[in-house]
Amino acid sequence: MNGSDVKIEGIDKHFGDFHALRNVNIHIQGGEFFSLLGPSGCGKTTLLRILAGFESPAAGLVRINGRNILPLPPNKRHTNMIFQNYALFPHLTVFENVAFPLRLKKLGRREIDAKVEEYLALTKLAGQEYKKPAQLSGGQKQRVAIARALVNGPEVLLLDEPLSALDAKLRQHMLIELDTIHDKTGITFIYVTHDQQEALSVSDHIAVMNEGRIVQVGNPTEIYESPADVFVANFIGEANLFHGTIASVEGEMVSVEVKNMGILKVTMEPGDLEGMRDFQPGKQASITVRPEKINIALEKPPDLLQDVFNAFPCVVDEVIYNGFQSKFFVKLSGTGGNGNSAIKAFKQHMSYYSAGPEINWKDRVWVWWKADDAYLVEVHDA
Amino acid sequence: MKKNHGLLYTLPTGLWVTVFFLVPVIIVFLYSFLDRGERGGIVWRFSLEAYRDMASPTFLHILVITMLISLAATVLTLLVALPCAYYMARSKRKSLYLFLIIIPFLTNFLIRIYAWQAILGNSGFLNNLLIRAGLIKNHIQFLYNEWAVIIVLVYSYLPYAILPLYSTIEKFDFSLLEAARDLGTSHPGSILRVMVPNIRAGIVSAVLFTFIPTFGAYAVPKLVGGGKNSFMLGNIIADEILVNRNWPFASATSILITLVTTAALGLYVLANKSAARAAQRKKT
Ligand SMILES: Nc1ncnc2c1ncn2[C@@H]1O[C@H](COP(=O)(O)OP(=O)(O)OP(=O)(O)O)[C@@H](O)[C@H]1O
Ligand SMILES: [Mg+2]
Repeated sequence: MNGSDVKIEGIDKHFGDFHALRNVNIHIQGGEFFSLLGPSGCGKTTLLRILAGFESPAAGLVRINGRNILPLPPNKRHTNMIFQNYALFPHLTVFENVAFPLRLKKLGRREIDAKVEEYLALTKLAGQEYKKPAQLSGGQKQRVAIARALVNGPEVLLLDEPLSALDAKLRQHMLIELDTIHDKTGITFIYVTHDQQEALSVSDHIAVMNEGRIVQVGNPTEIYESPADVFVANFIGEANLFHGTIASVEGEMVSVEVKNMGILKVTMEPGDLEGMRDFQPGKQASITVRPEKINIALEKPPDLLQDVFNAFPCVVDEVIYNGFQSKFFVKLSGTGGNGNSAIKAFKQHMSYYSAGPEINWKDRVWVWWKADDAYLVEVHDA
Repeated sequence: MKKNHGLLYTLPTGLWVTVFFLVPVIIVFLYSFLDRGERGGIVWRFSLEAYRDMASPTFLHILVITMLISLAATVLTLLVALPCAYYMARSKRKSLYLFLIIIPFLTNFLIRIYAWQAILGNSGFLNNLLIRAGLIKNHIQFLYNEWAVIIVLVYSYLPYAILPLYSTIEKFDFSLLEAARDLGTSHPGSILRVMVPNIRAGIVSAVLFTFIPTFGAYAVPKLVGGGKNSFMLGNIIADEILVNRNWPFASATSILITLVTTAALGLYVLANKSAARAAQRKKT
């Protein structure tokens, strides 16, 4: 539809001695819901403010539909921003807030009324026209900010943690509404968040940032299942990380010797193996296994599967019941529970009666996972 | 049994306002409707003579001059105070600047006006500087005209304008300016359309704090003014009391000043009320 293609090329930004963005390159397709995800202080807002025109980078280009927009002031760019604190004009009513950009364009009264009503309807604000921002709830303020940013028909909508001030339930709800609005308008959304759940649930693509750098760009599945490095694995969702030395490589099966555990087996995808030709016995490797992919039971798994499964006897350290799932924190039998020897396993409650006997604190259990559910995130020289 | 002590608590303030504010105003008001005494003072006989005297061309000229000077001083003060307050509110050294603004209050007002005589005088600092720099040959007559009065008035009331502006600008959310820029305004446009309406209370206080005292100014035109275009109503009052001994006329003039300044306040209150009513009407 009318979403524009955004190319960010080699952006560098300093604040005094502080290097806030380092050689940032991203290509965002027109009409995408694109998320910038990263921990606090990694430079997400700074990058968004460069796109909006409030900061200028030391180096690099930003192209929208092929045209470099960096020389343009914010009011000449076809981007609109939704601010973290909404930045609604307190002296104007809801109607006038949304009409603000249209009045600047000196549109006719009829046209303004029609457009404002259209966008107030889109954001479910009909009937609130004559309230002042101070009289609105958090969710309503959010909607006004969205309507005001969209009414001008921007090519790109920039959203800086728009949901962070809302409570969890409302956040879910607004996220779905944002997604609906994105589908209806077809505008390119660039969505900043430090909430990985938000990013994973609605984005077409995600750029994970850390300390001013782009660490990985990919779709949600790629980011979650094939993290580019240990940082991404840890930052997105929960992860068990094991560090060890490669013992052998046989076909697609890599065996890693991990202290306290023995051999961990990881099956690689053929493509991954090609990309990492330098796997050789002796190199250091980091393996990640998502907790929901780890099975936990009181009995030992059948010996038959030893070759494909990694299985370890453990003691339950802590159980956290979450309603829809239970989180088990276990440690390897006969170890202190430090470093490699602590494991998280999450079990979904899929039916009313739990399958098998209940697992409690201090129980002796077995945990196991398939070799192809583990992922080799990093390999480097010893 | 509970007693309502409200009245008791407000009694001291009430007394204070009555004795030091209401009573003098009432006395002045009464005097303006009486006959003048031979050598000052009043004669207890009703008369509109004082108000009739106001119709004289000289008086009307002074009234217009006073109005023009105080309006010019108010506008200039606001134009200087706004950027100062804006800069102070955005600066990292707010308390330093606040302290600098307060410093003049530590010195006597009259002394500071005499200092202006020393600066603007014919053999004063500014003329000496210009002559030594070779910019002018003969001294320029800075003092004793309406411009000198306006400049010194601006100087005198600047802090009173900066402080209320500063305190509203400091509370202003500057991200609103970015939002306005993002939505299509130029930088000056964002200040005019978004900042000014949101700091209105500060602007109005600054205007009132400047206009009210400058309209009744006495010492400044007396010391740095001169000629018929810088003689103000405050000077008339002093002259009528001390020289012409026409107390009723002096009283009438000061009632006029009170009326004009009260009208300024009243306009502000009215504007506020009609704005609130308009908002109310729109809602229903
Ligand atoms: N104007 C500025 N002057 C100096 N340093 C700044 C400025 N703006 C941002 N920074 C620094 O740049 C870094 C990145 O800031 P930024 O606001 O982009 O982070 P962020 O990723 O949006 O974080 P958050 O999730 O907390 O909003 C931070 O360390 C911050 O302190
Ligand atoms: Mg931020």
